[in-house]
Amino acid sequence: MEVIAKGAEANLYLEDNIVLKERIRKEYRIPEIDEALRSTRTKREAKLLSLARRAGVPTPVVLDVDNRSKCITMSYVDGEKVKYIVDTLSEEELNRLFSEIGSLAAKLHRANIIHGDLTTSNMLLSQGRVFFIDFGLGEVNPSLEAKGTDLLVFRKSVRSTHYRREKEILEAFFSGYRSEYPEGEEVIERMKRIEKRGRYVSAR
Amino acid sequence: MICLGIEGTAEKLGVGIVTGDGEILANLTKHMPLKEGIHPREAAQHHAQNIKPLLEKALAKAGIGIDEVDLIAFSRGPGLGPCLRVVAVAARTLALKYRLPVLGVNHCVAHIEIGRLTTNAEDPLTVYASGGNTQVTAYVEGRYRVFGETLDIALGNCIDQFARELKLGAPGGPIVEKLARGGSYVELPYVVKGMDLSYSGLLTAAVKKAKEASVADVCFSLQETAFAMLVEVAERALAHTEKEEVLIAGGVAVNKRLQEMLRTMCEEHGTAFYAPPRDVLGDNGAMIAWLGLLSYASGARQRLEDTHVIQRWRTDEVEVLWR
Repeated sequence: MEVIAKGAEANLYLEDNIVLKERIRKEYRIPEIDEALRSTRTKREAKLLSLARRAGVPTPVVLDVDNRSKCITMSYVDGEKVKYIVDTLSEEELNRLFSEIGSLAAKLHRANIIHGDLTTSNMLLSQGRVFFIDFGLGEVNPSLEAKGTDLLVFRKSVRSTHYRREKEILEAFFSGYRSEYPEGEEVIERMKRIEKRGRYVSAR
Repeated sequence: MICLGIEGTAEKLGVGIVTGDGEILANLTKHMPLKEGIHPREAAQHHAQNIKPLLEKALAKAGIGIDEVDLIAFSRGPGLGPCLRVVAVAARTLALKYRLPVLGVNHCVAHIEIGRLTTNAEDPLTVYASGGNTQVTAYVEGRYRVFGETLDIALGNCIDQFARELKLGAPGGPIVEKLARGGSYVELPYVVKGMDLSYSGLLTAAVKKAKEASVADVCFSLQETAFAMLVEVAERALAHTEKEEVLIAGGVAVNKRLQEMLRTMCEEHGTAFYAPPRDVLGDNGAMIAWLGLLSYASGARQRLEDTHVIQRWRTDEVEVLWR
């Protein structure tokens, strides 16, 4: 099997169009915490990948989950991380892409699915479709607070990673989000409130 | 060029004297005795009462007179308003009296720069954890961008407040570190949101847990959980930014267990790990002086009337002109 990625928490292997995602042990944390985290995240990820697809959000198809080895087997999505293509897009393409991403995030939230790590590293563009991956930090949670935090994570990651096109990206994202989700405005308001609770807000 | 830097964003007052070559001639810190949390007004009074003797001691330690100082720098923010204002007044007074240029600088950026100076780390991912701040930053295109940070309270604040609730003493960090030895694990909530952290829920749960489990066990588990969260965020940020060095900063970074965990994580990734000496890890005047020198050399100037303090001042709002 070929190693296709070594992420912070998992190794990804590819064989015959099938991806094996293995959550690896971390020596820096005590075994109790390590085991609990890898186990919950593996289970959650498998479950949320399927739930998300049912909610209309493209994700890899889960084929198998092995909680002993902390492995998920899933279909391979041949695409590029959105993170790497942002700077190559025209204004119009960027708008279209992030409006689509916003509406996908809305579809997740409408189904009470919290992604937990909404960043452009966790979105793949494959043949014109955006796939969401890496649901390990996610959960099913209907609360405004959880959805608002989810959006805040996205907004902050755009701020640190795509600072040059931050404004365009966020405008497109939130317009896509609002149009797909009638209660979206409320979630956006909550996001702003959560941000103000933080330590590093320049204006309150 | 010699810069005298004054730090005073919270309960510590620091005076540092540094040369343009990065030699630290003096770095003295006066800690406010704490029984409980920091009262901003009392901390400001502490700084006002101690600034003059501390300045004199620092100059004596450096073996120079004030006439040999070329620049005054002070911590302009982020921090507690009353404390910041005392320090700003002291800095402006020196500047006026001795006709010296004065520069207010960002406290968080100063932590990063003194770390780079003292460890020779070139372009690190910085894990900054203290009583008031918890941030993971890295330099990208002219700014120290924030890749992860706490969404609510700081790591140090979480531990200190836990110690206070249990009446273990203050400051809580070293006490909890000591008590944690020999403890075993009890479950506590682990909250990571993307690359951000949340410590307020952990604090509440730990205080509650201490009613049923032994203090040693809760101290151990609090440290293990809180630190694992921070190391995980650092690990994610490392993968994301593709930096090849990790630098620690801030008072909490003195903790041996946190250092050990970060070092282990770095070893797993073949990343260099840098821990500055203890006296420049926590809040100190030398870091302010050094950032003052860097800023001044890269052309930063402030008129006296523009040296007002900034209580909320994000790390990524500072234009890094010297890199």
